[in-house]
Amino acid sequence: MAKANAVSMPRGVASRRTRIINIIITIVLWLGAIVMVFPLIYMVFMSFMTKNQILSANFSILPHPWVFGKYSEVLQKGNFISGVINSFTVAIPVLLFGGFSSTLAAFAFSKMHFRGRKVIFFVLLSAIMMPFAAVMIPQYVMFTNIGWTDTLLPLIIPGCLGNIGMIFFLQQNAGGVPSSLIEAAKIDGCGYFRIYWQMYLPLMKGAIATQLILWFMGIWNDYLAPTIFLQDESKWTLQVVIRSFNSYYAVQSDYALIMAASVIAMIPTLLLFFFFQRYIIESVAITGMKS
Amino acid sequence: MTTAARAAEKQPKAPKKKLGKVALKEERTAYLFILLPCVGFLLFTIYPLLFSVAASATDWTGMNDMVFNGFQNYTQLFQDEKFWKSLANTLIYLIGIPIGMILGLLLAMGMNRKIVGVRVLRTMYYIPVISSLVAVSILWAWVYNYDYGLLNNILRMFFHVQGPAWLSSESWVKVAMIIFMVWGGLGNSIVLYLAGLQNIPRVYYEAAEIDGANAWQKFRHITLALISPVTFYILITSLIGGMQVFVQVQVMVSDGGTNYSAATVVFYEYQQAFESGAMGYSCAIAWILALIILVLTLVNFKLQKHWVNTMDE
Repeated sequence: MAKANAVSMPRGVASRRTRIINIIITIVLWLGAIVMVFPLIYMVFMSFMTKNQILSANFSILPHPWVFGKYSEVLQKGNFISGVINSFTVAIPVLLFGGFSSTLAAFAFSKMHFRGRKVIFFVLLSAIMMPFAAVMIPQYVMFTNIGWTDTLLPLIIPGCLGNIGMIFFLQQNAGGVPSSLIEAAKIDGCGYFRIYWQMYLPLMKGAIATQLILWFMGIWNDYLAPTIFLQDESKWTLQVVIRSFNSYYAVQSDYALIMAASVIAMIPTLLLFFFFQRYIIESVAITGMKS
Repeated sequence: MTTAARAAEKQPKAPKKKLGKVALKEERTAYLFILLPCVGFLLFTIYPLLFSVAASATDWTGMNDMVFNGFQNYTQLFQDEKFWKSLANTLIYLIGIPIGMILGLLLAMGMNRKIVGVRVLRTMYYIPVISSLVAVSILWAWVYNYDYGLLNNILRMFFHVQGPAWLSSESWVKVAMIIFMVWGGLGNSIVLYLAGLQNIPRVYYEAAEIDGANAWQKFRHITLALISPVTFYILITSLIGGMQVFVQVQVMVSDGGTNYSAATVVFYEYQQAFESGAMGYSCAIAWILALIILVLTLVNFKLQKHWVNTMDE
């Protein structure tokens, strides 16, 4: 833009004007960003406040005094710990087995030849559009009939069979593995599973890792499915537990505790995001560009 | 390399009718490789869908034997005030989509200039997207609290006015939800738009400059035109998501709001199924919702040729 302006205007004027505009925009963007994160910062501060301060007419942002006890209180709650464990119990097998079946299928869809490849792919893809709301009741009935409700199986088994969103993304990024390489391996007598295992996986590992991280975030933050399939408190995943704190403690208004629990619940996804930010954003951007 | 690759790719396809031994083996292996997701799809999507079509035509409560009652659920639905209300609310919440898209594009355009700390900025806007929806819903319920909430406190402190009862007022609750949803989704549009903007070749602007285009013309004919596939993608995905809003309502106004003013279709469906035990009826709700989503998506795909530019084909 700066370069473009220079064409029609005398140099000094253009760059000075551009600089002023840039400064104004920078200020606006930063103000907006502060507004965006402010509720979350306030959430962290609230977790250190006393009940009196939270329910006080005199509004203040900083805790006064700082109370650190809420975090250990949350961590001592059996519910909370079992929620964390349950969430991981769902996430680990799903990411492991689901990651395996998704990458294997993505490999077949992008690098192997078979009749009906396009049709099957398209039909699977249409499932992405199907609202969960349309299948949740029959799924609930199905899982009740086979005795899976109040176990974590309804959350684990479907995930283990694969993730169509991930297959789609990997299919879109299949260019990372040149077909000529695969053909060469085939001529050398390499089996398909070995090609997948020794060539496809290593060459696609960046894209796969990013998709698994996004998938983990999805599982970790999921609420609707767990709340439908799990009645028994001991089976609740973390989000359901936090939700229960909210209604349960509303009367006592222990907001500091709820906020502390929420802060802890958000730490894993925030950490993952900070470490893999570039890849996650790229992944999201590519999905949007290619569709 | 590309020609070689293309030739290699063509090779097994050449004998169209009769597959060779090798190709047949490849096909069988491929079917095996895609087996699990296909089984998952049949078991957990197709079967439930068929089941729910059937159930939507019964008086099923989840306990009794299903008795076929034809279109009774659907005709009842058309007279059900709560259903219409929740559908209207859901559609009103969609107002947040264009707001979020316009804001997202403006902010992305700002970030596309030479600005310090773009990465930090982008992160700050993106954090709500990756945050737990349950946690931020609880947080925003507190932000909107009439007596002690953050928002009314700020209004009192800086503007000396008493803010509305955000969540218990029939009209303000919608504003509150829309603000919250825009906040939650903005980072996503920014990231997508920013990627789109960075893909526009700078030469286009320079050429337009030489032809004497002003800022608005450049924005309208280059930026907006070339970014249209991203706009389309955001529109489609947010419509599909927006029609299914549930968690926010369930957590923030768990009774559906004063006179059901905050309830959405999925919220109503959930209540009918798991609180009233009207399983057949709520399957009918689910199907109406699925149809609306399908129609919205199809209409969008039909309309896209009028405004979406395909850059690379």
